[in-house]
Amino acid sequence: MSRALLMSRRSLLRGLAAGGLLPLSGCSLDSRSPAVMNVLDRAEALTEAAQRALLAPRRALAREYPPGAITPYFKPNGSTDPENPGYVALRRSGFADWMLEVGGLVEHPMKLSLADLRALPSRSQITRHDCVEGWSCIGQWKGAKLSALLAAAGLKPQARFIAFFCADSLDDPPNDNDRYYETIDLIDALHPQTILAYEMNYAPLKVEHGAPLRLRVERQLGYKMAKYVMRIEAIDSFAGLHDGRGGYWEDRGYEWYAGI
Amino acid sequence: MASISSTSPARTVAVPRVVVRHSGLVRVCHWVNALCFFMLLMSGLQIFNARPGLSWGQATQFKNPFFSFSARQNDDGSLTGVTTLFGRSFDTTGVFGASPGPDGEMEERGFPAWATLPAEQDLAMGRRWHFFFAWLLVLNGLVYVGNLLIGRHLRDLLPTRSDLKAIPRTVLDHARLRFPRGDAALRYNVLQKLAYLSVVIAFAVLVLAGLTMSPAIDSAFPWLVPLFHGRQSARTVHFVMASYLVAFVAVHIVMVLLSGVFNNMRSMITGRYRIPEEAR
Repeated sequence: MSRALLMSRRSLLRGLAAGGLLPLSGCSLDSRSPAVMNVLDRAEALTEAAQRALLAPRRALAREYPPGAITPYFKPNGSTDPENPGYVALRRSGFADWMLEVGGLVEHPMKLSLADLRALPSRSQITRHDCVEGWSCIGQWKGAKLSALLAAAGLKPQARFIAFFCADSLDDPPNDNDRYYETIDLIDALHPQTILAYEMNYAPLKVEHGAPLRLRVERQLGYKMAKYVMRIEAIDSFAGLHDGRGGYWEDRGYEWYAGI
Repeated sequence: MASISSTSPARTVAVPRVVVRHSGLVRVCHWVNALCFFMLLMSGLQIFNARPGLSWGQATQFKNPFFSFSARQNDDGSLTGVTTLFGRSFDTTGVFGASPGPDGEMEERGFPAWATLPAEQDLAMGRRWHFFFAWLLVLNGLVYVGNLLIGRHLRDLLPTRSDLKAIPRTVLDHARLRFPRGDAALRYNVLQKLAYLSVVIAFAVLVLAGLTMSPAIDSAFPWLVPLFHGRQSARTVHFVMASYLVAFVAVHIVMVLLSGVFNNMRSMITGRYRIPEEAR
């Protein structure tokens, strides 16, 4: 009954003032108009800032699982068998002639064979792969630590992002000018669990999962983890790549920071 | 003066008592929450449609999830929507599994176009709407719960011992659509207390389960995943809590309509509530 106050004009005014929040909904607006997108994008920036703030102090690792947790079926998603002739030729030779190019804002541009990558400091981890569609699988991954590779190449001070250029195209029909690509910042690039995986579930990486080399960024969603990586570049901005949002799916409306 | 029947106790007709039932803050929180809930629900169903099934544990059971919507193509090319729950399948064509898209063409989709935001299948857009309103819901919820604790209003929602004893009688009263009058109408009855308290808890669990689906949040707070018994379990809990809130909203709206819709709506918009007169 303590709440049974006489009606006050003040509370009415307060209610009306707060009604000013309602136009934010944009229900009646075109849900794709730039104005609406602009408002929605602010939440995306907030999400990224909040998650980065939560993760930053501890360089937190993604959960790792015991071998018994590996799922018998690991769903291959996106491209599962790239068709471009260059890739097909490499695949036919068991990737013996495949070379990873490392360039951009680095002191020592390099070309590495699979044997060179295997010689780099590596990490093995059993992690959960979370797809943006909502499903999860658990698998073991082993690969070269990206931090070790970047240390060998020597990042120039201007470098802010690492871009991954892939052999596959998800367009129908496949379009060699619109191949899969991804970008991550240096926080994730230098994270201890960020690896260039050449092994999955204790066997060489299969084609359907991105052979010969796939990126693992364990604290983000699956679409960040580019498959069929052919070339890595250190860059200062991804604005000039394709549509400028930093990745194949990002250019199609998905968040660049895929922490949730 | 109105006539008084001989069976009624004599009384004078008083000026109706009007009080401020809900504070401005509670009213604002209520409507912001209502808006967020519907936007989150519809964008959430859009997101669910990207993988219209539920699993328990860490990983997805692709073969036989305990709950799923799917579509089957028939020989004549038409689609049959199928809902599967614990191994039993039901034909839900037109609503679940297969329903007309925004263009009117039958398509494979979990929830129908009229229930999702946006109407067409667009996971990226659904996610952007969802996370925007998720932030608003959480900030609004913090204001509400802060007020509940600081303003000592929590006791308005906590059932007392005598409340609990009154459950059978209150259920009976509700079944007969007999609602409290006089000063008793200003207090939440035990069913209201339990319902509103459960909603506050359901929202908290819903948000936590939602956060547990985030690989980044899981890395920052490793205790979240075991709390929900795995990421896919968290997705299931998220869905079940949302379903519970849908059920709550349905009952809530019915009760608002039955117990004096004008008075109820006014009390949640302007705050003014006219106390129903004491017995007949």
